[in-house]
Amino acid sequence: MSVAILQQGDYLIASIQFDLTDSQVLELRDDLSDRIGRSRVRGLIIDVAALDVIDSFVARSLGSIAITARLRGAETVIVGIEPDVAIAMVQFDLDLEPFQTALDLDEGLTLLDRRIQRDGEDGA
Amino acid sequence: MNPGNQPLMDPPQVPEDDRLLLHELIAYLRDHRTKLREEWVERITQAQLLRVMTPKEIFSEVTAVYDNYVDALETGSVETLQAYARDLSERIIPRGVETHEVLGIVLLLRDVLARGLFVKYAHDADLLNRILDAYEPAANRIAVTVGVSFVEERERVIREQQEAIRELSTPVLQVQERLLILPIIGVLDSSRARQLTEQLLGAIQANRAKVVVIDITGVATIDLTVANHLVQTVEASRLMGASAIVTGLSSKIAQTLVDLGVDLSMMRTVGDLQGGLEEAERLIGYRRIERGKKPNAAAT
Repeated sequence: MSVAILQQGDYLIASIQFDLTDSQVLELRDDLSDRIGRSRVRGLIIDVAALDVIDSFVARSLGSIAITARLRGAETVIVGIEPDVAIAMVQFDLDLEPFQTALDLDEGLTLLDRRIQRDGEDGA
Repeated sequence: MNPGNQPLMDPPQVPEDDRLLLHELIAYLRDHRTKLREEWVERITQAQLLRVMTPKEIFSEVTAVYDNYVDALETGSVETLQAYARDLSERIIPRGVETHEVLGIVLLLRDVLARGLFVKYAHDADLLNRILDAYEPAANRIAVTVGVSFVEERERVIREQQEAIRELSTPVLQVQERLLILPIIGVLDSSRARQLTEQLLGAIQANRAKVVVIDITGVATIDLTVANHLVQTVEASRLMGASAIVTGLSSKIAQTLVDLGVDLSMMRTVGDLQGGLEEAERLIGYRRIERGKKPNAAAT
C-alpha cells in the first residue's frame, strides 16, 4: 500500500492515512520527487493528521523531502500535526528547520498561494 | 471486644487480666467524664490552643472528642474516631486551626487522663504500671490517628486548591479572529509550563489561530528548564501553523535568558503586550487605519 499523491492545480497533495514503515517513507520520498519534476508543480502539501507519532526517522525524511522538493522547484508545507505530536516532536529535539507547517490542508493551500504569489512579485 | 473491628493489639498480647484492667479503666473514665473533661478544657485554654474558637465551641467539640476517645479505647476500633477527626478537620481547617494545635489538644487529653489514673492508683504502683501498659499503646494510637486524619484532610484541601489555581491560572483568550493571547502570571514551574503548552496547542487547533501572543509580564523569574520549555512551546506552536510572539520580558528575565545561553533564535519577542498585538495584526494581515484618514497608498 502506498500513499496516494493528488494533484490540485499547481500543487501536489500527499495525505498520509496510516503509520508508515521506513521503506514506505522512502518510497513516498522517491514518488514525490519524481512527480514534482514530471508535473512541474510549485508546491507540495503533506498531510500528517492521521499520524499518532512522528519519530526522528519520519521527521528527517520529511525534511529531506522538503529539501529535495525545493531543489526541484517546489515549496513544501506539512499540515495537520496534532498537539500531542507537536509536543513530542519538540521534546525529541528533532531538526524541524527544513519544512514549513500549517494547521490543516486549507491553511496549507493559503500559505502556498501567498508564498508563490510573493515569489512572483519578487521576480517581476 | 467487637470482633468485626480491628483490635488495638493482637489478642495474644492482651491477656484476660489486662482486658479486665482496660474495662476498669474505661468505667473510670466514664464515671469521671465531667471532671476530666473540664480539666482538659482548662488545660487547652491555659496552653492557648484553639484560640480561633469560642469557649462554647471548644466545650462541645471536646465533649464529642472525649466520648469518641473513650469509645475507641473500649472497642479498639479507631474508625469512628477517624471519621469524626476528619469531619472536625473539615470544619476547623478553614478557620485557621494549625496542626500543632490539633496534636496539642489530643496529647493534652492523653496527659489529663493519665494524670487521673496516677491519682486513682497512687496507692498501688504495680497496678498503676499494668494499667498504663494497657492505656498507653491505645492512647498513642488514637493520637496518631487524629493527627494523621487532620494532616490528610489538610493535604486534600491543599490539593484541591492547587488544582483550582492551575485551572484558573492559564486562560487562553481569543482577542480577535485567529489571534490568541496567553497571559502568564505568577510562578512558572515545569509542570505548569507543560500544562500551559498543552492548553495553548489545543486552543490553536480549536480556534484555528494564526498568531499567539504569550505575555510574561507577570512572571518574576525564570530558570533554564522553564526557558527551554518556553522555546519548545514556541516551536510546537509553529508546527501547528501558528506564529508565537513573546512579550513583556522583564530586563531581569532577559538577562537571565542571555546568561543561561538559551537558544532564542526561533523566538519572536516584542517589548510589551501592545507591541505584541500590533505585530500580531501585521502578521495576520490587518492594518489599523484611523477613521477619517485615507489609507496610506504606499503601504497597500
